[in-house]
Amino acid sequence: MKQVRIGAGAGYSGDRIEPAIELAEKGGLDYLVFECLAERTIALAQQAKLKDPKAGYDPLLAERFRAVLRPCRQAGTRIVTNMGAANPVAGAERIRAIAGELGLTGLKIAAVTGDDVLPSVAGGDYRIDETGAAVADLGGSLISANAYIGAQAIAEALADGADIVITGRAADPSLFVGPLVHAFGWARDDWHRLGQATLIGHLLECAGQVTGGYFADPGYKSVPDLARLGFPIAEVGEDGCVVVTKVAGSGGRVTPATCKEQILYEIHDPARYLTPDVVADFSNVTVEEIGFDRVRVRGASGHPRTATLKVSLGVTEGFVGEGQISYAGPGARARGALALEIVRERLTLTGVRTSELRFDLIGANALHGERLSNHGGGHEPYEVRVRVAGRSDSLIEALRIGNEVETLYTNGPAGGGGVTKSVREVVGILSTLIPRERVATAIHYVES
Amino acid sequence: MKLRELAHSRTGDKGNTSSISVIAYEAAGYALLLRHVTAERVKAHFGELVAGEVVRYEIPSLGALNFVLRQALGGGVTRSLTLDTHGKGLSSALLDLDIPDESPSRTTPQQDGDH
Repeated sequence: MKQVRIGAGAGYSGDRIEPAIELAEKGGLDYLVFECLAERTIALAQQAKLKDPKAGYDPLLAERFRAVLRPCRQAGTRIVTNMGAANPVAGAERIRAIAGELGLTGLKIAAVTGDDVLPSVAGGDYRIDETGAAVADLGGSLISANAYIGAQAIAEALADGADIVITGRAADPSLFVGPLVHAFGWARDDWHRLGQATLIGHLLECAGQVTGGYFADPGYKSVPDLARLGFPIAEVGEDGCVVVTKVAGSGGRVTPATCKEQILYEIHDPARYLTPDVVADFSNVTVEEIGFDRVRVRGASGHPRTATLKVSLGVTEGFVGEGQISYAGPGARARGALALEIVRERLTLTGVRTSELRFDLIGANALHGERLSNHGGGHEPYEVRVRVAGRSDSLIEALRIGNEVETLYTNGPAGGGGVTKSVREVVGILSTLIPRERVATAIHYVES
Repeated sequence: MKLRELAHSRTGDKGNTSSISVIAYEAAGYALLLRHVTAERVKAHFGELVAGEVVRYEIPSLGALNFVLRQALGGGVTRSLTLDTHGKGLSSALLDLDIPDESPSRTTPQQDGDH
């Protein structure tokens, strides 16, 4: 039976690079996929592109391609990635230039465009899913609108002989579904196979999260050698069944438990996982250990895809200013609490304009609040870190928040140290739906 | 006993919605999860952290539950002022849930717990 070997070389934009090199050199892969876009990444990339028309692709694109292009070429492994972010065409040009530097000629690189739907969404009659308000009312604060596109254009580019396919906002699992559809010739309305392929994409799209990353809990769940975590390989059969594994000797583990955590990761109704390609059904999936670091996953299915595509909207929402300071030793918590009171009063006294403020004692209550933090009796921490964060539409006002924390050095409780302060511009993400027929993908080819 | 003795868990996020899987270490544990880890208890456990509804999905083939918590991320990953904007730590908080000791005693998996 024909088998396709597909690997995941990144689970997010800043992910480790050596595991991808390991896969390229030792994975025996047909396809190596890099998933590098989070909800907010593309909005930030859009801003970069506004400042420089040649920018807007993934900041680590060059480093990753320099590392894997040669071993992939040697192994005959084709690469699929959404590292194009806001500018897949410029990303493809950059890859061509890198191939040139490496002396690799004759590489066909496909850039998939069409996910950028800002003009039509900004001027059309669309509603924001989260608030029900009109998208048009966002006005100038709307800086990006990208539809989640599916596997079809990726499969087409591969059928046209592309060695590398670079997209913008393609849905994460679609980066894997595209190569599988191409390799096995599955029909675009074979919902059962597309559901299986989507499960495979979902298992692999976070890379190390299925090979033992984000899993270890000492005493309960142990994972060896996480510093050298290997990234996953899917061995896929024509029937859509899959064995998840990794390069022998790499760190981590592939077990039924690591696969179960990833199967359920970020899905809502397991019987209706919506992607651009299919409504996937994971509700009857089973996992089975068939060897060391080898887990067979089967039982996924699918139903016809929806008539609309999700659109991710990037919206500027002012600035967040933040300041932190630490207290330690006896009475640390009380001094930290006093520090918070002082900053709270100072921000009022000095008239700092904010729309939202937050006061945390890291080490005591910052993550889950007082009640859960004291579940089981609570404890007196040896040290706490005061954190004040606030939102403002003004950069100047946001800066004042960290400054007020800093003045605790000489004006606050005893023994405060280690102040840090920061301001960041906030790009919020909202979503809307767009009819499929209004999203037209196109493929642009360049050759090295 | 704590839920942590019976199950493992991972949190995911989409916008202002958190999803938390609860996966039984052993097949026998799933019945206990079904009985004791209800949407109502999860909602009560998180209290003010979750403003919206909590929905529970059952996946018997994996011996797992999946919880979807609306309005649980302080306005959403990209805009929240909280330290853990993704709510990644919510799974650990959920494993602190108390489970009645009605079950036959079971040992905690020390290796991979992969059954």
